[in-house]
Amino acid sequence: MENLIALLVAAPLLGAAVLLCGGRRLDRAGHWIGTVLAAASFVVGAVLFTDMLGKGAEDRTLRQHLYSWIPVEGFQADVAFQLDQLSMTFVLLITGVGTLIHIYSIGYMEHDERRRRFFGYLNLFLAAMLILVIADNYLLLYVGWEGVGLASYLLIGFWQHKPSAATAAKKAFLVNRVGDIGLSIAIMLMFTTFGTFAFGPVFEATGDTSEGKLTAIGLMLLLAACGKSAQVPLQSWLGDAMEGPTPVSALIHAATMVTAGVYLIVRSGAVFNGAPDAQLVVVVVGAVTLLFGAIVGCAKDDIKKALAGSTMSQIGYMILAAGLGPIGYVFAIMHLVTHGFFKAGLFLGAGSVMHGMNDEVDMRRYGGLRKFMPVTFVTFGLGYLAIIGFPGLSGFFSKDMIIEAAFAKGGTEGWILGSVTLLGAAITAFYMTRVMLMTFFGEKRWQPDAEGHEPHPHESPKSMTIPMIVLAFGSVFAGGFFSLGDRFLHWLEPVTGHDHGHAPVSAATVTAATMVVLVIGVAIAWAMYGRRPVPAVAPRGSLLTRAARRDLLQDDFNHVVLVRGGEHLTRSLVYVDHTLVDGVVNGTAASMGGLSGRLRKLQNGYARSYAVSMFGGAAVLIAATLLMRAV
Amino acid sequence: MNPVNYLYLAALLFTIGASGVLIRRNAIVVFMCVELMLNACNLTLVAFSRMHGNLDGQIIAFFTMVVAAAEVVIGLAIIVSLFRSRHSASVDDASLMKL
Amino acid sequence: MSFPLLTATAALPAIGAIATAAVPAARRTAAKWLALAVSLATLVLAGIVFARFEPGGDRYQLTESHAWIKDFGVRYELGVDGIGVALLALTALLIPFVILAGWHDADVLETNSSRWRPTQGFFALILMVEAMVILSFVATDVFLFYILFEAMLIPMYFLIGGFGDRAHSGSDENAAAQRSYAAVKFLLYNLAGGLIMLAAVIGLYVVAGSFSLSEIAEARANGSLDMATSTERWLFLGFFFAFAVKAPLWPLHTWLPNAMGEATTPVAVLITAVVDKVGTFAMLRFCLQLFPEASKWATPVILVLALISIVYGALLAVGQRDIKRLIAYASISHFGFIVLGIFAMTSQGQSGATLYMVNHGLSTAALMLVAGFLITRRGSRLIADYGGVQKVAPVLAGTFLVGGLATLSLPGLAPFVSEFLVLVGAFSAYPVVGIIATVGIVLAALYVLVLYQRTMTGPVREGIGGMPDLKVRELAVALPLIALLIFLGVFPQPLTEVVNPAVQHTMHDVQKKDPQPEVEAAK
Repeated sequence: MENLIALLVAAPLLGAAVLLCGGRRLDRAGHWIGTVLAAASFVVGAVLFTDMLGKGAEDRTLRQHLYSWIPVEGFQADVAFQLDQLSMTFVLLITGVGTLIHIYSIGYMEHDERRRRFFGYLNLFLAAMLILVIADNYLLLYVGWEGVGLASYLLIGFWQHKPSAATAAKKAFLVNRVGDIGLSIAIMLMFTTFGTFAFGPVFEATGDTSEGKLTAIGLMLLLAACGKSAQVPLQSWLGDAMEGPTPVSALIHAATMVTAGVYLIVRSGAVFNGAPDAQLVVVVVGAVTLLFGAIVGCAKDDIKKALAGSTMSQIGYMILAAGLGPIGYVFAIMHLVTHGFFKAGLFLGAGSVMHGMNDEVDMRRYGGLRKFMPVTFVTFGLGYLAIIGFPGLSGFFSKDMIIEAAFAKGGTEGWILGSVTLLGAAITAFYMTRVMLMTFFGEKRWQPDAEGHEPHPHESPKSMTIPMIVLAFGSVFAGGFFSLGDRFLHWLEPVTGHDHGHAPVSAATVTAATMVVLVIGVAIAWAMYGRRPVPAVAPRGSLLTRAARRDLLQDDFNHVVLVRGGEHLTRSLVYVDHTLVDGVVNGTAASMGGLSGRLRKLQNGYARSYAVSMFGGAAVLIAATLLMRAV
Repeated sequence: MNPVNYLYLAALLFTIGASGVLIRRNAIVVFMCVELMLNACNLTLVAFSRMHGNLDGQIIAFFTMVVAAAEVVIGLAIIVSLFRSRHSASVDDASLMKL
Repeated sequence: MSFPLLTATAALPAIGAIATAAVPAARRTAAKWLALAVSLATLVLAGIVFARFEPGGDRYQLTESHAWIKDFGVRYELGVDGIGVALLALTALLIPFVILAGWHDADVLETNSSRWRPTQGFFALILMVEAMVILSFVATDVFLFYILFEAMLIPMYFLIGGFGDRAHSGSDENAAAQRSYAAVKFLLYNLAGGLIMLAAVIGLYVVAGSFSLSEIAEARANGSLDMATSTERWLFLGFFFAFAVKAPLWPLHTWLPNAMGEATTPVAVLITAVVDKVGTFAMLRFCLQLFPEASKWATPVILVLALISIVYGALLAVGQRDIKRLIAYASISHFGFIVLGIFAMTSQGQSGATLYMVNHGLSTAALMLVAGFLITRRGSRLIADYGGVQKVAPVLAGTFLVGGLATLSLPGLAPFVSEFLVLVGAFSAYPVVGIIATVGIVLAALYVLVLYQRTMTGPVREGIGGMPDLKVRELAVALPLIALLIFLGVFPQPLTEVVNPAVQHTMHDVQKKDPQPEVEAAK
């Protein structure tokens, strides 16, 4: 069985290689090759999963050691995989949602002449993401980590002829690189502290080292997670990343890649458990992002950017849960999985809407679409109910668990975190209702696009609706299935550990409170967008709304401080290099030239002046000799 | 007679020769002043040879005379050809050898 | 007496150079093929050297030794260690690509004169450089090395000054002036460095009474040769200065952007990927081995210079408007990493630095040569003249991107392995230095992606429209390099295997031990 693990990665990797190197002759079959290989990876994952279920909880972990990657004195980096329950969860999510989105893309990208390459990049992404979650050491994880970054870069910038897409791609890569500094330094710290960066030995040795070291490692890992998972302060790239094709937003920027940060923190639980200070920072980052993303999501009129704000916010929930320690690890992952279903479904729905509306993204130009796109409406609606936590649907279970866990943290911290998560739930209900109302209800506000084509909204082809339906099933039932008899908890507990904490309020109270805030959120949204018509042009809005439209001014800050400042710095450095560093050299050369020009004048051609210098020289020599003798 | 006096004479001759080289422009005169300096040196060599009682100085003087003779031949030839081409024997007129 | 394999490896390109130069003017295509054949034959010989080298064997293998100038104890001594063999292989590997990429570079200079043979000259000079570089990697006699170190300047000078880049924004006269400025600057910088080294070489002879590397190193190790501390430091500085100019290390770097900008791209690759490696190689082989104490004494200053090179080079690369100068500054940043790895004096750092030399050679060659293909098509080196190339020439853009990703050390490609090793090595010895150097990886991403975005993406610009994609000859250059970058990124073992023992020898020379992991140290 162990030998199958490499196949998980090999299938999509082969697909990427074939599709990217195959040239035009594969144009007609390319998307099928990509989809089949993604599905093959899913099948391998499923086989491994059933095998795993057949074993006892303690010996479910599979390992496969392929070869020694960088064997250098005192430094051992292996290409080795480890498949435990946590990795397995991710493998199924990635390959499952991944395959669905491959199928969806067949229809969505049908008219794109570079569809083959799109599927190549998608397969590359799957391979990298799988390496990320099944690596058994941090360096190999880093390979996957950067690999998904590369795939994300290529896919965000897939429509490279659009300067905005190219810029967004570059921004995503650069911001992620800042996070990568964290991962690099964390690995280096592990190496100097433990002499290794393989999961097993590091986690075993955490007890032997100081809390300060663990805190440092934890904070660096958090920096990495912030970059990849778009958490404050490295969140700015996610909104722009929506420039990519919608299937990409669904797969990479909602369901899988952006959750890698959560995986990293949960995986490194042993480190964080020993570093309460680092955990506190994790929780704070999660809480801040939770609200940040939600507020941004309320103000955006671009449907994908509103969903991106929501993604940020939901990952904030997960990070917060992961920061709670053993109380929250399992729930972080559970929310991650359910979120993977409903958010991917929502994005695919948004893509379907755009597909029918000439790629229009402004929700103020939608309206009343439920009649024209019934399947999209229903699946999107189910995803909507799931994300706001409607009782019985996936989001209800997973989010409720996190809110309970936040309260269970205990003390003032627990109360603050609990309130923040509740507030977040209210805002979530508000902005998602807003999206729903503006898109599918109300009157038609369609407008012809730039070329004057009137949109003719229509339902999308089967290849697109089927994945949406499957995901809607997941959105509805996954949460309940996982919660029934604490299945998910028992599944993951051997890996992550679990602690019930001491809840100051009963679970029923929390659920009731959640319901209350949910109703409040929905009601406000209904009052603002359902009861009265939505203006086709955005009103000026309050100060907060305007700030939220601009991503709470964080981008402007980046622009002024980093971009402008950086430009000035490099420009002045170029000047310094040219005038100062090079100037010293050129100056030396010039002064040498000047000196020799002056010395040249001594050679005037008059024999007698040469004679004078000869006599003078002789006189000096004699004088010097006499002087030496006298001394 | 005290041999040191020969040295004084030689110094005097050398100085005359040297100032002649520096001051006069006529190539022939400069040339003869150079000869004067050479001979002043010869005188010094012989005087020292006498003072120290060994023959080395006198032998070197002979060598100097041979070199001086050779120099006269070449030098006069140069001066003559210079005079032919420029119709002047002034050393300052021949100042083309410069950078 | 066995077959002198190392001499043969160096002599083959030298003889090939003479033969190429002798090809009649009318048959210049034959000269090109001859040069290519010779470089490929050299590659085969280098492959044999690599295969016959036993990682676990003696430090220097395949040794040859003959008396040369008896009065001064100068010997013709060759021998190859793990570091030398890796760089020897790199050199032999890159030259065929350089020749292929420069296939038409001398054509513009051709006239119908039967005595004027620029093509023959161009390829003969390249082969000459190859011969000298190979010999300098295997020379174990300090004097022999010095001669080669200086002599390779001569063909390089003519390659830079005589065969400049035609894609010039200024007038022809202006271009010629720029070119000769660059060539003279290159020569003067390196001569100045070489001169100081010569003084140190003579000084070494006066102190040690021998030029033989192994003799001196042995005498130093067993204590029979005792150098005064100040003498050792002065000699070290003399050597190091020359290597730092060649490497090039900040602030001695300004010749590189000029030289790389004005030379044709294959020559630029020759400079940065091959010739400059002699500088960093010599730091490892001569500075550390002959003057271990002085090396340790100078470490703080050198590390600071290396850090400045890393950050400063990268920042300047961001600010460049000229594609080739951008790559030149990127190289300065990378050389900073190499020097950092060497002087961190940990096993990881030095193995990393050696791998870095090889990988940087490959990645720069890939990026620069593809950039050269791009520049030849458009006739301009200015980034602002490009845009949207991806749309018309996707393969060119794709290979350019892979070269760029290698330059920014993306995991999975060869440079990542070496860069991470250097960073880990530096971090474990000097944490602050390691952290600052890590900033370099963000800056690298910045200059590579900005370059890619401005040239390849966006709407198709004027003058780009009809641009043809890569041709067979160009693919033959780009694809093998990319394949190697991927292979060595995924499976660097063939290199680490030969490098590791050599690094252990060097670590032994400087008598340094790797810092112990904290947890083990506590136990």
